[in-house]
Amino acid sequence: MSAPTSITEKITRLWSLIVGLKVTGKYFTKPQVTLHYPRKTLDDENLLTYRGHIELVGLPKKPGTPKCISCGMCQAVCPSNCITLTKRKPPKPTEAEKKAMEEAEARGEKVKKPSAPKDPASFNLDYTLCSLCGCCVENCPVESIRFSNDIYLAGTDPNAFRYDLLQRLKEQAAAKPGAQKAQAASGGETGEGEA
Amino acid sequence: MSVQREICDVNPFPEHVAGDFYSNYFEKGQAENTLIINMGPQHPSTHGVLRVLVEVDGEYILRAEPVLGYLHRMHEKIAELKTYYQYMPNMGRVDYLHAMAWNWAYAGAVERLAGIEVPERAEYLRVIASELNRISSHLLWWGAYLLDLGAFTPIMYAFDDRERILDILQRPSGSRLTYSYFRLGGVAADFDDIALAKIREFIPHLRGRLPMYKDLVTDNVILRGRVEEIGVLPLEMCRRYGATGPVVRGSGLAYDVRRAEPYSIYDRFEYEIPTDTECDAMARYSVRLAEIEQSLRIVEQAVAALPEGDFLSKGAPKPRWKPPKGESYFAVEGARGKIGIYLVSDGSNSPYRLKLRAPGFSNLSLFSEASKGTLLADAVSILGSLDLVIPEIDR
Amino acid sequence: MDVPFELVRIVIAILALAAFVGVNAVILVWVERKAAGFIQRRPGPYEVGPQGLLQTVADAAKLVGKQLFTPAGADPVLFWLAPLLAFLPIFVLLLPMPFGPTATGMEVNLGLLLILAFAGLNVLSLCLAGWGSNNKWSLLGAARAVSQAVAYEIPLLLSVLAIAFMSGGMDLSAIVREQGGWPWQWNLVLQPVAFIIYFVAAIAETNRAPFDLPEAESELTAGFHTEYSGMGFGLFFLAEYAEMIVVCGVAAALFLGGWRGPFGTDGWWWFLAKLYALLLSMIWFRWTYPRIRFDQLLVLNWKWLMPLAMINLLVTAFIMKL
Repeated sequence: MSAPTSITEKITRLWSLIVGLKVTGKYFTKPQVTLHYPRKTLDDENLLTYRGHIELVGLPKKPGTPKCISCGMCQAVCPSNCITLTKRKPPKPTEAEKKAMEEAEARGEKVKKPSAPKDPASFNLDYTLCSLCGCCVENCPVESIRFSNDIYLAGTDPNAFRYDLLQRLKEQAAAKPGAQKAQAASGGETGEGEA
Repeated sequence: MSVQREICDVNPFPEHVAGDFYSNYFEKGQAENTLIINMGPQHPSTHGVLRVLVEVDGEYILRAEPVLGYLHRMHEKIAELKTYYQYMPNMGRVDYLHAMAWNWAYAGAVERLAGIEVPERAEYLRVIASELNRISSHLLWWGAYLLDLGAFTPIMYAFDDRERILDILQRPSGSRLTYSYFRLGGVAADFDDIALAKIREFIPHLRGRLPMYKDLVTDNVILRGRVEEIGVLPLEMCRRYGATGPVVRGSGLAYDVRRAEPYSIYDRFEYEIPTDTECDAMARYSVRLAEIEQSLRIVEQAVAALPEGDFLSKGAPKPRWKPPKGESYFAVEGARGKIGIYLVSDGSNSPYRLKLRAPGFSNLSLFSEASKGTLLADAVSILGSLDLVIPEIDR
Repeated sequence: MDVPFELVRIVIAILALAAFVGVNAVILVWVERKAAGFIQRRPGPYEVGPQGLLQTVADAAKLVGKQLFTPAGADPVLFWLAPLLAFLPIFVLLLPMPFGPTATGMEVNLGLLLILAFAGLNVLSLCLAGWGSNNKWSLLGAARAVSQAVAYEIPLLLSVLAIAFMSGGMDLSAIVREQGGWPWQWNLVLQPVAFIIYFVAAIAETNRAPFDLPEAESELTAGFHTEYSGMGFGLFFLAEYAEMIVVCGVAAALFLGGWRGPFGTDGWWWFLAKLYALLLSMIWFRWTYPRIRFDQLLVLNWKWLMPLAMINLLVTAFIMKL
């Protein structure tokens, strides 16, 4: 109320109050834009582009085994140190094999020691630390990691968000043996395939 | 600054030099019969954990001092502990409302240091993502500012529109708020056809909504009474505190990093830099609303001119990449003002020193002087009109 | 043992009014939240009961179950007296309210005066709440509440007086009876200025947005009831909604013909319909406008509403004398 205002200006000012009421009144009758979760959920298009926590991708032929070669790149590159990966130890040779190997060594031949299987012994994700940057997905040399679409996550215990991803992959493979292959193929859908 | 010095001179308890800010300067009021109030760290209108120490006489503010540091997360120090590649996710969390600009500032600083070329398509994608993010930031500010002024409904309308932007940006980046979309030498993913179609659909939609914003809020006589001639920040004062962004543009200076220190491909687009010479909260308000329109123009042109090509440079740094020795500075225009990143490299794979210049920090320093002598309700209005994001200020 | 009939009537009326206030508050809170939801394009309360109708009941149950907490340094007597003082006068305010041709708690020929007098007690309760809480925000809220309520009582009174001049009395039932059933027979047509002044002042008196300064949560966290928890807050809340009913009820009786309806359909249903129409518009205002600043609030009162109400009253008196 500083400068004196003309009558017409006063009227336009008061009219602005009516205009405001008109706007809210109009929206009062319009349909709602929110979604009644959990009765309705978002359409798939919106869900599939969402990046949840990471999960492992299985081999096309053996969906229960990850493509992972235990190189440890994801563990090294993760800014939040949320991935813990352990490599498998080479299988212990049986008594006969051991003997044969020792004999061969004694003969001065070059011994081929059994190598460790490439898939990891354990692959744990601590999702409570993850910042969802996607570094691990981009840097995996064999594209064994992808983002899951689990967006409805809730829990009262932080341990619920510490995932054993190998176990998860096995469960997924057991749940839909047929669909696994198709899902693995669509893993690059998020556009995070290579970098 | 002058306020600070004045307070030091009249410190009534010189023996309290070891005390904290409160006991040194505010334990006893400057005048008789005043009330010292802590506005924050838990206060609805300080948007997070900003604490403002206020000395009031009735409802008139004698002095107000923002106290920072409740959300300090050591982003600058973290940079020294991570590799260049690993630090990117932090940039989405400094200013969560305009994460893309911070992404850009960091990526730009590293690229300038190492001389990395960014593919043309990536530059366009960066512009689109950053401008869309700027609109979403301004929309959120608009809603939150009106919430400060006591109107509850506008924020819901703003969120309705903002949600569409988040849906668009979710497609390439996978996240909805703390984007980590930029990469050194490009961006993380391409905008697919659906995303581009959604943008083309969104531009006319938001243009159609802006008149409603004007009818409901901008023209409202009650709002005008709350923002006009409130928090007048003369240009000279803005200069003194280093204010940038809509704050300085609302004081009549057309300073925009996109024009003043052109980076990327902003010189290819036609857009105006909205300014207002009124210097009050209304000026900052209208500058921001005008910026939404200008950002829409830029996005429209960028989508139309989007070239084919790679979205990530072939020579993009790998996780253990080491830049050459040297230093670089890169500034971008964020929703709150000039975001600057100063980077010193000693040749190892993590920065030797990284300095983040947050626009909100400089803008907030204006508050102490601007709020002197105003009403408590006006102080809330001024705080809101500065568009503060506390995580960015504390870094 | 001879109990006077009038006493029994008042006791029954108060009990009925208590039920009315309770049920109405439940419905009104639901209506408000639902309306706010629709304006903001969301469903509003939805889960408890059909369309969330029982949400308020659930909230009330929660409030009752909460600990009654007195902050350190608060004056326990004043602190707990305040919510009671806010709530109890509501029954007195509703007693002379003409709900229907016969449905009035107590026929008083000075009903209007009774309401205006007891409505003033509300200020005292806000003042005590702010003072007794030992909280700086509460104190600021109380200071605002007192100056706002005292200021707006004057135009409220003056606009009501204009109607009293016209009818020559302060009996609400009589004022209703003098009006007709059709809208053009209402006092609203004769006294539009008084109605607008009354309504604006009533919104301010009940501390509703855009005049909700005593509890302006973005400025004073929650103003005078910052420190109240559980039912202490619940009573303030209930009192606010009950007061809305009172001011809108008085407005319906004075300006909108109360329980009178066209074609001789007089009855309480008309009163309730008009009451709720007014309440809805109050809700509509709240979810549309930003909050006004304190000095602007007082400027509006002293520079606009007061002189206008005075002129209106003088003109009314002059015309009535002719």
